[in-house]
Amino acid sequence: MRFSDEFETRFSEMITHYPTKRSALVPTLLYAQDEVGYLSDEVIAELAGRLGLTELEVRNVISYYSMLTTKPRGKYNVQVCTNIACMLRGGEEILDHCKKKLGIGHKGTTEDGLFSLEEVECIGACSWAAAAQVNYDFHENLTIEKMDKILDEYKKKGTQ
Amino acid sequence: MADVTLIVDGKKVTAPAGTLLIEACKSAGIEVPSFCYYPGLSLQGACRMCVVKVEKMPKLQTACTTVITEGMVVITDSEEVRQSRKAMVELLLGNHPLDCPVCDAGGECELQDMAFSYGAPESRYTEAKNHREEQQWSPVVYFDRPRCILCYRCVRVCGEGMDVWALGVQNRGVSSIIAPNQSDHLECEECGMCIDICPVGALTSGAYRYKTRPWEMNHVGTVCTHCGDGCKTTLGVRRSDTGMEIVRGDNRDKSGINNDFLCIKGRYAFDFAHNEERLMQPLIRKNGKLEPSTWEEAFELIGRRFREVRDKDGGQAIGVIGSTRTTNEENYLLSKFARAVLKTNNVDHHRSADFPALAAALHGKPGKTATMRDVLTAPAILLIGNDATNQHPLLAWQIRTNVRLRSAKLYVINSAEIKLKKQAAGFALLPAGADAKAVAFLSGDDSVLDSLAAAGTARDAWTALRDQVRGEQNLVIAFGSELRGADIEKLAAFASTLTGAKLICLADYSNSRGASDMGLYPDLLPGYEPAASASKFQQEWGSLPAEKGLTLPEMIDAAKDGKLKALYVVGANPVGRLGIDPFLLSKSFVVVQDMFLTETARIADVVLPSANAYEKSGTCTNTCGDLQLVKKAGEVTDCKPDFEMIVRIADAMGFDVRGLVPFGGGTHSDMGQTRGAQSGEADRHAVWLEAHNLEPKMTPFDPMAILDEIQRVVAGYDVSRVNLLAGADQHIEIAEGGAGAIHKPELIVPANDGLFSSGTLGRYSKTLNSVMENRSADVEVAAD
Repeated sequence: MRFSDEFETRFSEMITHYPTKRSALVPTLLYAQDEVGYLSDEVIAELAGRLGLTELEVRNVISYYSMLTTKPRGKYNVQVCTNIACMLRGGEEILDHCKKKLGIGHKGTTEDGLFSLEEVECIGACSWAAAAQVNYDFHENLTIEKMDKILDEYKKKGTQ
Repeated sequence: MADVTLIVDGKKVTAPAGTLLIEACKSAGIEVPSFCYYPGLSLQGACRMCVVKVEKMPKLQTACTTVITEGMVVITDSEEVRQSRKAMVELLLGNHPLDCPVCDAGGECELQDMAFSYGAPESRYTEAKNHREEQQWSPVVYFDRPRCILCYRCVRVCGEGMDVWALGVQNRGVSSIIAPNQSDHLECEECGMCIDICPVGALTSGAYRYKTRPWEMNHVGTVCTHCGDGCKTTLGVRRSDTGMEIVRGDNRDKSGINNDFLCIKGRYAFDFAHNEERLMQPLIRKNGKLEPSTWEEAFELIGRRFREVRDKDGGQAIGVIGSTRTTNEENYLLSKFARAVLKTNNVDHHRSADFPALAAALHGKPGKTATMRDVLTAPAILLIGNDATNQHPLLAWQIRTNVRLRSAKLYVINSAEIKLKKQAAGFALLPAGADAKAVAFLSGDDSVLDSLAAAGTARDAWTALRDQVRGEQNLVIAFGSELRGADIEKLAAFASTLTGAKLICLADYSNSRGASDMGLYPDLLPGYEPAASASKFQQEWGSLPAEKGLTLPEMIDAAKDGKLKALYVVGANPVGRLGIDPFLLSKSFVVVQDMFLTETARIADVVLPSANAYEKSGTCTNTCGDLQLVKKAGEVTDCKPDFEMIVRIADAMGFDVRGLVPFGGGTHSDMGQTRGAQSGEADRHAVWLEAHNLEPKMTPFDPMAILDEIQRVVAGYDVSRVNLLAGADQHIEIAEGGAGAIHKPELIVPANDGLFSSGTLGRYSKTLNSVMENRSADVEVAAD
């Protein structure tokens, strides 16, 4: 299994931050996921080997964190918050709209592999509710119309 | 460590500093409930059942993670504590099915007990419970997810205890689940530790599930009959059509040297006892075919033929092969029977370790052998040869636990990178077969260093390892059958240069040590007394044969030449295990006592169906020399203990059995045989005798009568009878015995059993077979 040079540089630097190797697992998983798109069996085996863990231990950690996934996701992972602030400002309606527009449910991926949808807990943007996160970008003060436009833009970007 | 005094429920409690509050309470007789806390495993604090009120602390504290401090004031039972525990039980029962009437754990379930003691009669949860069908994770392990209460005991015992790490916890919060390492099944050592440690019925065993209820069984703590470690296994037995059926094995009785530990063999491989191939009737060869017969006919025939051969051709025309799984009493009796009745020194057994050499090396130097318990507490351990994880699972458990909990230093010298390397503070890789050179090197011979370094461990590393080992005090040195004869003497000499070093010689079968101690050798009598100069036994046994005895291979050669007219095989399978050509035995009259029609039994003239070690009483000695009581648990009618068969053959030969078994012993009182007004007296006597650890020894079939003799005449066996009968292990001092002997190294044939095999016996265990099949199926899939 080969990662990019950038990943390798980051990894070898990061491993020096911790007194035990296994502590580097969570950030390593995030970097690997960003690079590969998801945490494949191959990635899990590789990282387990590097950090002296069993594959089961790596899987245990992955399953704990909702931001880590072992299944391929769309190019754009749309995460709509429906926690209390967002809910009061129409978060659930926005989620419903996304479901309808993309034709997928929670944790679903569109057939063209462009979008995944997730209903998530608080993403820390309560002051600008309703909010959603697409990959690492935040979109705030959302309305159905605004969300609609955002999805169109991503679709355009993704199919160019 | 200094003592700390605290107040628990108004009672003054003193315990060493560093003690956990839950343990301090326990020592004062105050019960604090818990699910996740388990002594010896890492702390979890998951179940919140052990919460107690500690003064000056704002919230309830978990007693299992709180270390006691001076002046601490603790309340373990108050309205607040009760409320909290009640709420915990309610939460645990939120998804827990109420299937206690069919659950394996019903009746011995910790959740049941806690719900009864601390729970509420009603639940406020009206939601539907999460359900998931039961899953089979391996031939042995079943998982019923909804019953799980997430105490993580299984995860910890598998990881920390067994160093297998096959179980994990996935997801989070209410969706947390216990998960096996291969997504839907387990790849592990199948020890079943997770099942026994599970406080509820979430993990159940393929061997026992849905078979019976705990209160319908009797529970007998006896010694496992598989490897040489001598674990205590508790057999759950139930009446059946053919006697007593063994339905379960576990370590309910934790008084054994193994405490919590059992491997798959101790826990599940009792099932050979009920294999349908088990012989239930004596067989006599008639017109070339083995035909069922009666016991009387069989004994009459054997007695007549043995006597004819002895009287006509002399005792040297008879060979005797003993067993490494029968009791000490049977082995002693066989040794005596061979010499005193058959008049032969042709006695041997399947040797898997060189105990005579150890006896020779330690002769007159007591205190140089370690017990299995020592391995758990020794500051340092040196393991030379042997793959303990697979061949001596308890030894490996003791080593791992000692390294983990007491920071013992482990040094490993092996020709393979065995699993215990992970726990080792020092490891040296040997070229194959160079174990003896390693001993020479340890003793100071640097000339072997170049050849030792050939396997990859550098010269410096070897020297460093030797320096470390030499610096250790109270070191336990365990060595496999790679070391034999003079090498053992050399190792013992090296050990004597260290302060407090003790040895363990590793043999493969459950009573290999006992067979050896009881003199199943042509040249040695019980207690390693050379046969040539054994005046003690002459007095005890009468005149002894003068001719030098034959070893097992020599007996086969004699049979080939037609000189061995009769061969008596007790619980051994030399044809199958030692690769002997069965045709060579065709001229001899062969008698085999076994449970199954083994390769050896198949060529016999008479086959007698024997009871196994779980179906008789007596004692056995583990590889370290720890003597333990074997208790009768199961019973299959029509099978007899080897003890009884030996006595009856002697009787059929016209020998007065009083000369063989010193039974009766002056007890002539009426033990209740008479009826009438005093009927039932026997029962009352029996109750009294048992309560006082005495036995009447009324019959020549009572092994305790021979144990008397063993304790009297076999050096080292003079241990506390009361402790022994109470179920405690007693260490045998090999150094008190005779001079021992140095034998040819090739007479030792290692069993090479792994975790899932157990000589001939293992082939008749369905559990072991199913695990083996399951594994090879996995390998085939992987190869596709």
